Amino acid sequence: MIRLDCDSVTVRRGARETLRGISFSCDRPQLVGVIGPNGAGKSTLMRAMTGLQAHAGSIRWQGCELAAMPASERARLIGYMPQERTVHWPMECIEVVLLGRLPHRGGVGGASAEDLRQAREAMERMDVAGFARRPFDTLSGGEQARVLIARMLAQAPHACIADEPVNGLDPAHQIALMQVLADLVAEGRPVFVSLHDLTLASRWCDRLLLLDGGRLVADGTPGEVLDENRLAGVYGIRAEHIDIGGRPSVVPSHLIAREGPR
Amino acid sequence: MSADRRYPLLLAGLGLLAALLFLASLGIGQVWIDPMTLTAAFNDTDSAEALILAEIRLPRALLGAGIGAILGLSGAVLQGFLRNPLAEPGLLGISASASLGAVIAIYAGLTALHPYALPLCALAGALVAVTLVQMLVGRSGDILVIILAGVALSSLAGALTSLALNLSPSPFAALEIVFWMLGSLTDRSLVHVGLALPFIAVGGVMLALTGRALDALALGSDVARSLGVNLDRTRVLAVVGTAIGVGGATAVSGAIGFVGLIVPHLLRPLVGHRPSRLLPASALGGAAFLLAADIAVRVVMPERDLKLGVVTALLGAPFFLWLLISLRGRSA
Repeated sequence: MIRLDCDSVTVRRGARETLRGISFSCDRPQLVGVIGPNGAGKSTLMRAMTGLQAHAGSIRWQGCELAAMPASERARLIGYMPQERTVHWPMECIEVVLLGRLPHRGGVGGASAEDLRQAREAMERMDVAGFARRPFDTLSGGEQARVLIARMLAQAPHACIADEPVNGLDPAHQIALMQVLADLVAEGRPVFVSLHDLTLASRWCDRLLLLDGGRLVADGTPGEVLDENRLAGVYGIRAEHIDIGGRPSVVPSHLIAREGPR
Repeated sequence: MSADRRYPLLLAGLGLLAALLFLASLGIGQVWIDPMTLTAAFNDTDSAEALILAEIRLPRALLGAGIGAILGLSGAVLQGFLRNPLAEPGLLGISASASLGAVIAIYAGLTALHPYALPLCALAGALVAVTLVQMLVGRSGDILVIILAGVALSSLAGALTSLALNLSPSPFAALEIVFWMLGSLTDRSLVHVGLALPFIAVGGVMLALTGRALDALALGSDVARSLGVNLDRTRVLAVVGTAIGVGGATAVSGAIGFVGLIVPHLLRPLVGHRPSRLLPASALGGAAFLLAADIAVRVVMPERDLKLGVVTALLGAPFFLWLLISLRGRSA
């Protein structure tokens, strides 16, 4: 079982604090949605949890301080997918997915048969096996996102962190992607995903972390976090509450006119 | 055929091409030496042909292969590391600073004191440049800072070189400076080979160690780090490896442009655009390119001392334009 403990995580950029004293723990496989308005600190938190962001306070995976963990061990533990879907050279998709196997390779030499098997399996899972020999830049945005998730799956990480992976995807691909993330959780991995779409967040996530201005303002089930007062206070919106497949979900509906500064 | 299966064939082909051009480089010149009699000529140490081979042709061919290889390799590494297809060994200000070191040696008359003075001053110039780049970049490792630091250093070294020309004590010294800066492999001896090759070898090994990191960097620096790549180590290998290797090369040949820009470009599609695969291909391709250009220098104008750097630029620039036009045509 993978355990993550964040304790008073603070990130400063110049004089500004982009994350202020974030504390939470995750001790079981959960689909954890990280939500909040633009600039709330979602991406910064996800980079910090991956070990890419210098921070004050403590982030421990399995009780080990992340900052002190060897890079290779960190790479086998955590799979990370950033918001930008850049591949700088038009490599074949199978080559892109095989990059996920780098943390598992020995000192020298190319991809082993096992690496190829894992990469193919990940591509089949993301329904992109047919693109194996296609250059990455010839794919559509949705196809590229799926190849990059396959890249993360090929890494065989024990925990996944995906920064706004559904951005720019059509509804079918959004749902399919959330389903894959939910499957990863069912296999025993904690998955952290930042989302702007509150309907997807409430429909799919087991738990939501609501950030605002670098602070963690709410942490709980979607029903607990997305109440009327928080939606109004943090996002400045009203929402309809509906039921999708037995899960209470929210659909943002109105902008609330704010009086004066927040 | 997929890039996977084509790759060993490509390397074998490039290696064969470089080997043939190496033999041709031994044979071609004002005196034609039949490649079939090369071994005989080597063994018969008293013959004129053996003298020509040992004193003139062999150093020239060795330097052509070594310098071409390090320029091609460094260009491929820098393009991968900076994720910029316009990167080349000259970008970091290393060639310009090595040239400046050599120019200072000529200007100060040190070349008359000791035969090693010029290459050693050029090497010192390269190492000063890389130290400055590393200091300017600091721990941030920002790509833009690396490029801008290189551009600033190139300009400064260029300005100081112009100053040396401007204040040059005699027209002969000025001419010597200009000719050296054009880049050439003429009249180099095995002493030059012994001076340059160790640096080229050390720099080459450092550059070759970056392959995996360059592959991961294709996905951006954050993903590369999340895959366990140490970006500080990669930067030091790429930048210092270029300084040592290309610095050592420039020290004996003068600045030779375009090889490090064009060769990686030309070969990238043939290796499936994977940065690590480009490294050995680009080294072999660079060696073949420079050997061919150095043969062209001897064949086209045998009676004049046509400079190698002039030919690589003359071949390179139009070729590069053609490449850009054909690339645009394909993407349109």
